[in-house]
Amino acid sequence: MYNPTVARLTYRALLGRRRALILFALPALLILIAAAVRAFNGADDQVAADVLGGFALATMVPLIGVIAGTGAIGPEIDDGSIVYLLSKPVKRPEIIFTKLIVAIAVTMVFSAVPTLIAGFVLNGNGQQVAVAYTVAALVASIAYSALFLLLGTVSRHAVVIGLVYALVWETLFGSLIEGARTLSVQQWALALAEKVTGDSLISSDVSLPTAVTLLAAVTVGATWFAGRKLRTLTLAGEE
Amino acid sequence: MSTQAPGPVQAPEDSRIHNIGYRSYDGPRLGRAAARQALFSQSLRGAYGLGRSAKSKVLPMLLFAVMCVPALIIVAVAVVTKASKLSIEYTQYAVFLQMVIAIYVASQAPQSVSRDLRFRTVPLYFARPIERADYVLAKYGAMASALFLLTASPLLILWIGSLLAKMDFWEQTQMFGQGLVSVALLSLLFGGIGLVMAALTPRRGFGVAAVIAVLVISYGAVTTLQGIAYGTENVGAVKWIGLFSPITLIGGVQDAFLGAPTQAPGGEAAATGTAAGVVHLLVVLALIAGSYAVLMRRYRKVGL
Repeated sequence: MYNPTVARLTYRALLGRRRALILFALPALLILIAAAVRAFNGADDQVAADVLGGFALATMVPLIGVIAGTGAIGPEIDDGSIVYLLSKPVKRPEIIFTKLIVAIAVTMVFSAVPTLIAGFVLNGNGQQVAVAYTVAALVASIAYSALFLLLGTVSRHAVVIGLVYALVWETLFGSLIEGARTLSVQQWALALAEKVTGDSLISSDVSLPTAVTLLAAVTVGATWFAGRKLRTLTLAGEE
Repeated sequence: MSTQAPGPVQAPEDSRIHNIGYRSYDGPRLGRAAARQALFSQSLRGAYGLGRSAKSKVLPMLLFAVMCVPALIIVAVAVVTKASKLSIEYTQYAVFLQMVIAIYVASQAPQSVSRDLRFRTVPLYFARPIERADYVLAKYGAMASALFLLTASPLLILWIGSLLAKMDFWEQTQMFGQGLVSVALLSLLFGGIGLVMAALTPRRGFGVAAVIAVLVISYGAVTTLQGIAYGTENVGAVKWIGLFSPITLIGGVQDAFLGAPTQAPGGEAAATGTAAGVVHLLVVLALIAGSYAVLMRRYRKVGL
C-alpha cells in the first residue's frame, strides 16, 4: 500500500522551497513562548497545561494539520499535475494512503515533537503534562491529517474550510455549545491526554472509549472516502 | 515517377496583396492613470467575486453577511428595547469579529496576487503603460478598500440603527467616526500583511495558511502571554506584549486615541497610555509602509 515514489514527491511538495518555513515558524514560536513563560513565571503545572492546551493543541496542531493534510494533495489538484500521477498504474487508494502517511509524519514531526520540548521547557514534565499533550498531539495529527487530506480532494477551498473548522468550530463553537465539543478532534485527543495524567489537570468532555472509537472511525472513514473521491476526480477549470 | 521538374515556381501575374483594412489606432490613449484605475476596480470587484464565477462569490459574500448579521441583531435589539446606547462600541466590533476578517484576508489576498504570478500575467500588465508602483498601489488600494467595505458596513448599520433608536446624534456620530478611523487603519494593516504573505507564496493553499498563521497565531500567542503576564502581576508588560500581533496593535491605538475600552486582560491598569499608544501607532504606520516597500521590492522581478 505504501509507494516510495509517491511519498518522495509528496515530501518534496510539502517541504520544498519556502514552504518549510511556515512549518518551522510555528513550533519555533511555541518553544519561544514556553521559554518566555518559564522565565516570567517559573515552573507551574497548571500554567504548563494551559499553554500546551491553549496554544499547542488548540491552535498549532490543527494549523500544521491543515497545511500538511491539504498541502499533500491540494496544490497538485489545483494546478492539474495530479493527472500525471493518476495516469500511472498506481491504485488510487494507494496514492491516498501514501500521502496520508506522509502528511501524518510531517504533522507529527512539526507538532508533537515541539509540544514535547515545550512541555519539558515549561515544567520538566511535571505530572506527565508534557507526555500527555504529546500523546494528544500525536493522536490528533493522525485524525487531522486524514480529515484535511479528504478536504483537499473534495474542495478547492480546502485550506479555508479546514481553517474554519479548526479555528471557528473547535475553539468558538466548542466553547459556546456543549454538543460541539463531542464532535471535535481536539476533545477526542484530550480524552487520551486525560488518561495519561490521570488527575484533574486536563479534562475532556468525551469519555475515552467514545473518543478512541470516533478517532478510528474518522481516520478510516476519511481515508476510504478520499480514495473513492480520487477515483472519480474531475479537474475543475481555473475560475 | 516523373523526373520533369514542375517548372519554376513563378507567381502568376495577377497575384496581389489585398488591403484587408488594418488601421492604426487613432482614438484617445488613456494612459497610466486609467490603467491603474482599471486594475484597481477589477481587483476590488474580484475581492468580492464580482466578474468571476458563481462559486468564487460564495465565500466573500458569506463572510460579508457574517460580518453584518451581528450588527443587524444588535440594532434590532436596541430599537425594540428602546435602549439609550448600543450594546457594543463601534471600535470593539472589528476586534470581536477579527476571525472573520482574518479568514476574508486569507482567502482573498492570494486570489488577488497569486493568480497573476502563477499564470504569468504579471509581465502582460507591465507591457501596458503602468509602472511597478502603479501595480502595487492598485492591488494594495483594492485590498484595503475591500477590507474597509467589509469592516465599515456593519458600523454603518450600527450608526443608522442608533439613529433609528433615537440615540444622541452627536455622540453616536463622533463614536462612529472614531470607529471608521480604527477600521481604516485595520484595513490598511491587514491588507498589507495579507498581500505581502500572498505575493511571497505563489501557491494559493500555502498563501492562505501563511496569512492565517501571521494574523491568528500571533494573536493567540499574544493573548496567551498577556494572560500569563497579568496572572503573574506583571500588568505593566501587558500593553507592550500587544505590539506583537496586528489586532492587538490596532486595539492599542484605539485604546490610546479613539476612546475604546481596552481588550487587554487587566482592564484599565493595563490600558495603553498615550506614550505606549504613540509607539503602537508608529509600529502600525511602519508596518503599513513596510508592506508597501516589501511589495515594491517583490515586483522588481516578475517571476516566482
